[in-house]
Amino acid sequence: MYSKIVMDHFKNPRNQGRMKNPDGVGKVGNPTCGDVLWFYIKVKDGIIEDVKWETYGCAAAIAVSSIVSEMIKGKKIGDVLKIKNRDVLKGLGNLPPIKIHCSILGVEALQEAIYDYLSKNHMSIPEELKKAHERNVKTLNALEEH
Amino acid sequence: MDYAATTPVDPRVVEAMLPYFTEKFGNSASLHSVGQEAEAVLESCRRKVAKLLGARPSEIFFTSGGTESDNMALKGIALANKNRGKHIITSQIEHHAVLHPAEWLEKQGFRVTYLPVDKYGMVDPASVERTISEDTILVSIMHANNEIGTIEPIEEIGKICRKGGVYFHTDAVQSVGKIPVSLKHIDILSSSGHKIYGPKGVGIIFIKEGTKIEPIIHGGGHEHGMHSGTENIAGIVGYTKALELCIKEMKPETKKLLKFRKRLIEEIDKIPDCWLNGHPEKRLPGNVHFCFRFIEGESLILLLDQKGIEASTGSACSSKSLKPSHVLTAIGLKPEEAHGSLRLTMGRFTTQEDVERVIKVLPGIVERLRKISPLGK
Repeated sequence: MYSKIVMDHFKNPRNQGRMKNPDGVGKVGNPTCGDVLWFYIKVKDGIIEDVKWETYGCAAAIAVSSIVSEMIKGKKIGDVLKIKNRDVLKGLGNLPPIKIHCSILGVEALQEAIYDYLSKNHMSIPEELKKAHERNVKTLNALEEH
Repeated sequence: MDYAATTPVDPRVVEAMLPYFTEKFGNSASLHSVGQEAEAVLESCRRKVAKLLGARPSEIFFTSGGTESDNMALKGIALANKNRGKHIITSQIEHHAVLHPAEWLEKQGFRVTYLPVDKYGMVDPASVERTISEDTILVSIMHANNEIGTIEPIEEIGKICRKGGVYFHTDAVQSVGKIPVSLKHIDILSSSGHKIYGPKGVGIIFIKEGTKIEPIIHGGGHEHGMHSGTENIAGIVGYTKALELCIKEMKPETKKLLKFRKRLIEEIDKIPDCWLNGHPEKRLPGNVHFCFRFIEGESLILLLDQKGIEASTGSACSSKSLKPSHVLTAIGLKPEEAHGSLRLTMGRFTTQEDVERVIKVLPGIVERLRKISPLGK
């Protein structure tokens, strides 16, 4: 069902843990649906210096969290914001169709963490990220009402 | 640890089946001696199964398995009795092999009541009695639940149905060969071969004499017209042998499984933030079912698999529908609780070592997933 890469990230998750005093936090998902992703980032000079995450969910959700953390560590915020869920899927050697939403959740958690960092520090937020944030908040509220 | 999903075929069953693939391969409908030999074996199997279950041979029909038997029961009774009434009663925790035919019948103009269950997964016989109305034609309540192992009060329900002049069907796929089954108050019963150390693709339906039922598969008129299609003689021989062994060995096997079950429940219960689902006593001897807070079942299953333990979960993430198990929501669990469910089911070849391995590795796996999870901190 899962690729070798997915199973490797699931069994040996990278950058897993909780971060003390993060510069940005992104929280997405809902326990009712079975996936919750929390992303923590530390940023220095526009570069993601460190990343940690905590995830409640299936193997796909855990593997997505792990690979996204690997993909963004040491990268410029501008480049990180270009990451799409298809890049995550490519990195994982794909996911079963029913688990594609996990890869989307990973990208959303990342967007939320960066949005949190930029807005907390009163920095300018790219228009696209603003829109993504609005979408993510809307999804989150819909899930909670559900 | 996943015997409720399926069981390996007992080597003694394989041995009994083998000649029927090569030497004794006849079609029971043929007039020549090879065919007649098949016919003789078929009828001898029917007599044996009838005797083992306490039925008449004419009341036993071989099918392709539990799902087909359940379909025959619901659709067959509905079609044959639609002029008498259009109401069917079942429960919310039935197997999909009962629920989906029931939903299909609703689309055909039948009315179906899905009775709720209590927190242990028990159907209240009084609720069956209350729900039976003038146009009720069938009640279908499973004998034992496949997920949480709860054994339903089918004797009482059967009596109520008989009193009310309503047919009673029970899906006994999880109970036949595992616990005693009495046909006294049952009109129709489904059983499957692969849950009792027999082959897949074979099962039976018991239909009490005088029951008004229509076949759903038409053709050459096999099985007295109830199930057309050349009989799967090897499978039928396998089912018969498997049932015979289960019933013969039920006592010692139950004793062993009850000991294992007690040990597992006591030890797993020591893990923080978890609880047992299903009835504490009225449950299948081989069934253990727990929920763990803050973690998700699919991850749990995959990590257990890494340690050589095969288990199952009612989590949404492991289902094709992305919905948590209907059984777990019916017993009142919230989706986030159902996601953290673990089913361990034991059987004939489960050893003390298997049980000890679960006890040894499960706490660590739960802890590991909880460390990854943001919930509960």
